[in-house]
Amino acid sequence: MPNMSLTKVPVPEQDAKVRSRNFEEVCLGYTREQAMEEATRCLNCKNKPCVGGCPVNIHIPEFIAKVAEGDFKAAYEIISDTNALPGVSGRVCPQESQCEKYCVRGIKGEPVAIGRLERFVADWYRENINEMPVKPESNGIRVAVVGSGPAGLTCASDLAKQGYQVTMFEAFHTAGGVLVYGIPEFRLPKAIVANEVEKLTAMGVDLETDMVVGKTYTIDEMFEEGYEAVFVGSGAGLPMFMGIEGETLAGVYSANEYLTRINLMKAYLNSYDTPIKKIKRAAIVGGGNVAMDAARCAMRMGAEHVYVVYRRGEEEMPARREEIHHAKEEGIEFLFLNNPVKILGDEKGCVWAMECIKMELGEPDASGRRRPIEVPGSEFELEVDAVIMSLGTSPNPLIRSTTPGLDINKKGCLIADEETMATTREGVYAGGDAVTGAATVILAMGAGKKAAEAMDKYLKEKHSK
Amino acid sequence: MVKIVRKKVLNPSVTLLEVEAPLIARKAQAGQFIILRVDEHGERIPLTIADYDREKGTVTIIFQKVGLTTELLGDLNEGDSIRDFVGPLGLPTELPEGAKRVCVVGGGVGCAIAYPQAKSLHAQGIGVDVIAGFRSKDIVILEEEFKAACDNLYITTDDGSYMEKGFVTDKLKSLIDAGNQYDAVIAIGPIPMMKFVSAVTKPYGIKTIVSLNPIMIDGTGMCGGCRVTVGGKMKFACVDGPDFDGHEVDFDELMSRNTVYRGEEAEEKQRHACRMDELAKEMIH
Repeated sequence: MPNMSLTKVPVPEQDAKVRSRNFEEVCLGYTREQAMEEATRCLNCKNKPCVGGCPVNIHIPEFIAKVAEGDFKAAYEIISDTNALPGVSGRVCPQESQCEKYCVRGIKGEPVAIGRLERFVADWYRENINEMPVKPESNGIRVAVVGSGPAGLTCASDLAKQGYQVTMFEAFHTAGGVLVYGIPEFRLPKAIVANEVEKLTAMGVDLETDMVVGKTYTIDEMFEEGYEAVFVGSGAGLPMFMGIEGETLAGVYSANEYLTRINLMKAYLNSYDTPIKKIKRAAIVGGGNVAMDAARCAMRMGAEHVYVVYRRGEEEMPARREEIHHAKEEGIEFLFLNNPVKILGDEKGCVWAMECIKMELGEPDASGRRRPIEVPGSEFELEVDAVIMSLGTSPNPLIRSTTPGLDINKKGCLIADEETMATTREGVYAGGDAVTGAATVILAMGAGKKAAEAMDKYLKEKHSK
Repeated sequence: MVKIVRKKVLNPSVTLLEVEAPLIARKAQAGQFIILRVDEHGERIPLTIADYDREKGTVTIIFQKVGLTTELLGDLNEGDSIRDFVGPLGLPTELPEGAKRVCVVGGGVGCAIAYPQAKSLHAQGIGVDVIAGFRSKDIVILEEEFKAACDNLYITTDDGSYMEKGFVTDKLKSLIDAGNQYDAVIAIGPIPMMKFVSAVTKPYGIKTIVSLNPIMIDGTGMCGGCRVTVGGKMKFACVDGPDFDGHEVDFDELMSRNTVYRGEEAEEKQRHACRMDELAKEMIH
């Protein structure tokens, strides 16, 4: 008999007052009893709309049925059959707009907590079994994966499973892309990412860090040296600025810089050498998940006031509802319908305030969202000693500018076929933010998966000739 | 990990390290830089490539001990390893087309970077004059190397304790006024020195290339920590530079941006002793 409760089994969380000053994970995850109870809410319906909502098509009702039985190992095997990073996606996916959006139980009441269950299974496996995958028999064909973010990790994992000899090239000193430099520890513990990378290396994937493709090594050289196909998952790491006065003052950061210092370089821990400014009053400009991460990090780094300055209203914010909710609980102050005009500096060149102007919403624009319009004469000064620009990112030109034959669109994104992820250059595939511009972790994983399938097909055809 | 194959102490605060990095040596060009991280707890710092040997597969860096990371680096010896070493980053130095004679101006430890520039130009058959400026005699470096890499070498010391007394800017102005024709001036050193060299050449309309040294983290264009204003536009020094037109650079802004972490750096430096203990422990394990 299914559990007909209209609401999800609540998940324990760290108290907002306590967690807003530490970097430990906010969501504590289900216990086995809670997970089993939630799992019984799944109706195991015939047409499984949830699966279609998942970019990597996890066999959702099947794994949930195993959770309900208490056979977590079997549940893990079902998930990992299609998903290379369950510990990650269970935590950072916007489930409300993917699998859970289509859950039948969500028509009346809350959908099944698919994300929390996936996370529970992945965590249970890591803590209780943590068996490293067996290295598949090699087919001797070498393939290269550029970038070790969610797209690259997924693509490398799927190719390695097929027996390809995969080398993954990463520019930073640690693999994981945005999972290590962008998303903070309190949302995604780095030990989980490291564990997923460890599984990849167990499968025979060769990880080469400190390799800036386009500088240290080029895609042409990869082909010359025997790689037969290349996947480019280099992301969209180039930060945007507003182009307003004062953006080069000391104390103005891109969210990428602020988050990289804290997350990758661990500036929040005393035993690491990378410095970070002690901020008293911070303004974060933007309304996406990255803005939420930056704001919540600033609070944890000891700021007294953290403002999120967003030019539209709360309804229009692209950030996940859960992140906005968490940020509010932690004391982040939201200034909706406000836009920076300029940043003001003192005689030493340091930020002391940001001039903002109030906005109101007009008619919907091309994106379908109501367009913000300045209210004349409404300028005011917001006193802050740091401004963190979180306006989005675009793909880095380094790879395309050093790889002949790789075409881009007018936004600087690599052009790739929607189904096969094949670029305009034979043997080169691309996916994730490098193709779409800044999007989500799970979409990047989906693209990495599709590309791996197409690369496998391409290489098999090539070798059968 | 890259292995240190040669260490040479150039003066009490300046050290040369030659490391095994064949992929970087294969690609490196004058003007480019690397980012390194000494160990697991280390920060990422940029250092210009002072020399490279494509045959041996080695890259040379020269640095001044100014804070925690350079102190830790300076304590490493031949046979030790550096945890991360990434490059070559940035764009190579680009001279005006058809340049026949160039003056390379180096200030203090900046001479370490001025040297490979002079050497590379000299090897291409371009006329090279070098002005190398130091505070005093005891910190003069690379004198012999410079002699072999240029047509005329002028060494200045601020206090007159060696060769000519005065600043590099005085020497440069007197050389130009004496009728020396330069198609370009390359200035590498402390920010005020590059600023004043650019001010000297501007009235003469001599193209002046400066190598900027803003704070960097990744060095690949993903954070903008190294942004500078050049000709009124925002540039990322790690990908658009590090070389820029000295007549267009906002040096005052760069100077204030570079002092952001002074307080934090002082604190870090005090931790040098305990970091050394940690390092020693790591090496034993």
